[in-house]
Amino acid sequence: MTVATIEAVSTALARGRGGGGPAPTRIVVAYGFWIFLLSDFVLFSGLFAAYAVLSDQTAGGPSGPELFNLRSVFIETMCLLFSSYTCGLGALSAERRQPGRFLIFAAFTFVLGAAFLFIEGTEFAAMVRKGAGPSRSAFLSAFFTLVGTHGAHVTSGLIWLAYMVAQVVAKGLRPRVLRRLLCFSLFWHALDIIWIGVLTLVYLMGAR
Amino acid sequence: MLGRLSWAAIPFNEPFPIISGAIVLIVILAVLGIITVKGWWPYLWREWITSVDHKRIGIMYLTLGLVMLMRGYADAIMMRTQQAMAIGNAQGYLPPGHYDQIFSAHGTIMIFFVAMPLVIGLMNFVVPLQLGVRDVAFPVLNSVSFWLTASGALLVNTSLVIGNFARTGWMAYPPLSELPFSPDVGVDYYLWSLQISGIGTLLTGVNFVTTILKLRAPGMTYFRMPVFCWTALATNMLVVAAFPILTATFAMLLLDRYLGMHFFTNDRGGNQMMYVNLFWAWGHPEVYILILPAFGVFSEVVATFSGRGLFSYRSMVLATLGICVLSFMVWLHHFFTMGAGANVNAFFGIMSAIIAVPTGVKIFNWLFTLFRGRIVFRTPILFSVGFMVTFVIGGMTGVLLAVPPVDFVLHNSVFLVAHFHNVIIGGVLFGVLAGYNYWFPKAFGFTLDDRFGKASFWCWIIGFYLAFMPLYVLGMMGMTRRLEHIADPGWRPLLMIAEIGAVFIFLAILCQIAQLYVSIRTREVRRDRTGDPWNGRTLEWSTPSPPPAYNFAVMPRVETIDAFAEMKRRGMPPLEQAYEAIEMPRNSATGFITAFFAVITGFALIWHIWWIVILGLLAATATLMVFGWSETREHEIPAGEIARMERARLGLGWPG
Amino acid sequence: MCGWSCASPDAPRGRSCRARPGPWRSGWVGPLVVCAAGLVTSCQPAGILDPRGPIASAQLLLLLDSTAIMLVVVVPVIVATLVFAWWYRSTNMRASHAPDQAYEGRIEFVVWSIPALIVILLGGVIWIGSHQLDPRAPIPADAQPLPVEVVALDWKWLFIYPDQDVAAVNQLVIPAGTPVHFRLTSATVMNSFFVPQLGSQVYTMGGMTTQLNLLADEPGEFPGFSANFSGDGFSDMRFVVKAVPAGDFQAWVTQAHSAGAALDDAAYAALARPSRAVPPSTFRTVQPKLFERIVEQTASGPQKSAGAAWRPPAQQAGG
Repeated sequence: MTVATIEAVSTALARGRGGGGPAPTRIVVAYGFWIFLLSDFVLFSGLFAAYAVLSDQTAGGPSGPELFNLRSVFIETMCLLFSSYTCGLGALSAERRQPGRFLIFAAFTFVLGAAFLFIEGTEFAAMVRKGAGPSRSAFLSAFFTLVGTHGAHVTSGLIWLAYMVAQVVAKGLRPRVLRRLLCFSLFWHALDIIWIGVLTLVYLMGAR
Repeated sequence: MLGRLSWAAIPFNEPFPIISGAIVLIVILAVLGIITVKGWWPYLWREWITSVDHKRIGIMYLTLGLVMLMRGYADAIMMRTQQAMAIGNAQGYLPPGHYDQIFSAHGTIMIFFVAMPLVIGLMNFVVPLQLGVRDVAFPVLNSVSFWLTASGALLVNTSLVIGNFARTGWMAYPPLSELPFSPDVGVDYYLWSLQISGIGTLLTGVNFVTTILKLRAPGMTYFRMPVFCWTALATNMLVVAAFPILTATFAMLLLDRYLGMHFFTNDRGGNQMMYVNLFWAWGHPEVYILILPAFGVFSEVVATFSGRGLFSYRSMVLATLGICVLSFMVWLHHFFTMGAGANVNAFFGIMSAIIAVPTGVKIFNWLFTLFRGRIVFRTPILFSVGFMVTFVIGGMTGVLLAVPPVDFVLHNSVFLVAHFHNVIIGGVLFGVLAGYNYWFPKAFGFTLDDRFGKASFWCWIIGFYLAFMPLYVLGMMGMTRRLEHIADPGWRPLLMIAEIGAVFIFLAILCQIAQLYVSIRTREVRRDRTGDPWNGRTLEWSTPSPPPAYNFAVMPRVETIDAFAEMKRRGMPPLEQAYEAIEMPRNSATGFITAFFAVITGFALIWHIWWIVILGLLAATATLMVFGWSETREHEIPAGEIARMERARLGLGWPG
Repeated sequence: MCGWSCASPDAPRGRSCRARPGPWRSGWVGPLVVCAAGLVTSCQPAGILDPRGPIASAQLLLLLDSTAIMLVVVVPVIVATLVFAWWYRSTNMRASHAPDQAYEGRIEFVVWSIPALIVILLGGVIWIGSHQLDPRAPIPADAQPLPVEVVALDWKWLFIYPDQDVAAVNQLVIPAGTPVHFRLTSATVMNSFFVPQLGSQVYTMGGMTTQLNLLADEPGEFPGFSANFSGDGFSDMRFVVKAVPAGDFQAWVTQAHSAGAALDDAAYAALARPSRAVPPSTFRTVQPKLFERIVEQTASGPQKSAGAAWRPPAQQAGG
């Protein structure tokens, strides 16, 4: 790298960047939570990598196409995507200080999320009954871990949502509660992004 | 009821762990007794355990790291002694089952519970002060991070007396770490303690990236940040990007062990090399997570004690970021010997060598900072110069190991052991000790004794060269690592020299302790009343020593790099400032309580005591929920009180 | 050495470093003298410093070349560090002093280009070396390569000669001057097969095979061992490589055929059980496809025979 390039890069980076003093709390909280979500994506990328490596290692057991039911996966996906939509509407209502509307949308979000979990749980139970549990083969270990970790995130999201509803009811939409709601909706949308990855890598590519 | 736990877990028939465990227990009880008798508990609880002040947390991290250094050193001297004794037909004093635990514990403790807490402690203490702000972005989270790290350390040490530690090496490669080959609790201790402390480290990463990117004093653009803050930023970005990989990898191994899955097993399609790949996808960035803050310390120390600004600040920043990116592209050099193709090996070999470019640039920058400087030889600069000499040797042997065909004959040998001790002792540890000597007066208000400091430096460097230069030679003579006894009697002289080196390092630690003791005894004469004992260049030296809880009564305005040096050059700000009320975070017991339940849960998981696991998880969740409900997290210090405190301080005189 | 001690950074204010027999003098010289003494006493070349085959020789040469390339920079940097630190000490009134940095583009250019040039040079060395010394690449020689199958067991090595239908434990007899083509696996945990004087090591892993080509130039005996920690018996997981003249190799095969047990399923199951410091032995015949079945995990290995119970539960605590 030549001196000229170094100079160009560094002046470009230095020009008036970040000299405005500490950011307001809302920005800091949302930013920090985003960084946390990025680390969660990295965690999932480890699980995705493991699934990609092990997806052919069925060890004589059932393979993806024999197990996956794309119809229920489609319903699951729709539930989750719609829950994200209602979550977004809820967040808008909260920003506009409309607690009643927020609670309605939160209820929709919760029900859709719970439906997603219910379908996933039923599928898992059916697979285990068929003898295709997580200890059957490396492929199934990776499958249950990847999809199950996403499911665990959705579960904790539901608990968090219920908790936030309780806060809104008890305290109203004050700034601190709004900041927490902002983090929750970031979390809930992030779960969608990860689910799109799961859907593509596990179900659409795996069901062929 | 108690899972796998029974009286048989306590090794009554083993003298070493029982005696050392008893001694540790007695010391702990004595300390707790003194605290109780003196009535210090309320003070400790109020000022330290529940403190969310980044300075206090930083000091606690450093204390944890230094205490664990003793434990890690005890393992080291036991290993060196065993290898110096068990040569030829002799079997030494440690049976393999015990020796294997010692080297596994040594590596685990030194990386996760010595090096990590030390660098995180320094960052905690220094970064907000250098940025000119009052705390980190998430002060309570910071306390949670610390206490989770301490929980992991506690669990590792519990394995000393209850059960046993892993006998797999600190990397715990499967299938050796899988249930069929390690059926006892050792690997579970390893995994759970690292999972718990890993969460703490990850949260630290999130916290500091946010702090550095979003909370800086007015006027402090990115390219006015001190180099230490840049390296802290790079390190914490690496933490955020790398530690989740480790968490995921360990989670998979735990699932193999607890639920009979087949990620890394020999049978049913498991793939052990996937563990090795994932482990090093974390492990190589981890090396830079440790060394980058040390580079930052050297940059500060070399500039300050040379009495001039750092040579080519921008090169330094670019080199730091370059290392940060490159560190994710070299992981395969840890296992060239797995039989990958020549193209793959060559690619990773070349990428590894390329990291030497930004690292070399850094060395040259320090060199040119010394050039035409006016170097005042206090302990910190001694460690820095010792580092520069030692580290280039370690860097050279590192690049050697990055040449795949050379690695084919040196891989896993004690040459490798010598290499990474060369960079970790000569780099990370020297950096931390330089930083410890440099910032101690800022933390406690008095300087450390220089004679003992220098003595400690000489013992460290002599001990290092004596202990590890022979290992380079032995590695080339064909000695592999982790040998419990040694067949070739021709290696005895070199192993004896290495043992002597380990003794020198013991002297170094003694000097360190003596330095602290003597300095505390003579603290009145070594009091730092100016807040700026070294003629420092960055904002932390513009505050009093020790700084008030709010760090800066009035937030500084930054106009250049080396902001404080510039302020001093232009003259001091007016004595009377217009003070405003400051909002500071309240103390919180969340961290301590969460960690308490984390220890309980971790212990119960290790011993399969499921009802405690469930209770512990519920309690930890409840703690977080109580915290998540709270409304009054800040308290305000009124302007009048700040004015009073500041006047009291300024009455002592402002530097210059 | 004396230069090092004089350039020591601990030069005290106002006093010449020669005048002060302080700790720094013994500090630098002491360890160097002891290290040098240690080197001299153990000066017979061994391990990778005493190569006995073309692979090991090339690797030693590469080691020395790469070291030399880097020393071109490393030595001046060390000397400059010590000289600068000593000369620019605050008490040296003769030293020039520049309180603030002026931007010096030329120095910055040099600072980036020196390591870059070294790395470009080394990069070429790495690329060529990786391809020439690929463990999987056959070694050019007149003789046909001798195939040997290597199995790492707890804690010993099994060598199967598929063409000769014999097997040996903890000893590897090979004809000198003939390339040997190894296929390696592990019936247990990961190990690394390594004979330093012949060159390259390679991992042995359960469920997988790796390949390695080695050649011994002359007859001789070379130590070999596992270079990846594999458990309590690891330190004794050693074997001897006996490179013998081609005729002697045939004689050894004949002798091995005439004595010892057959390596069938029962014998393999017994062998696979953990044991330490196993003396060398041979098997007169080997069950066909045994190596393949070990790779597929269908041979009666330790995991199949006794599960988790076969390894003694460790009650040794501490560490």
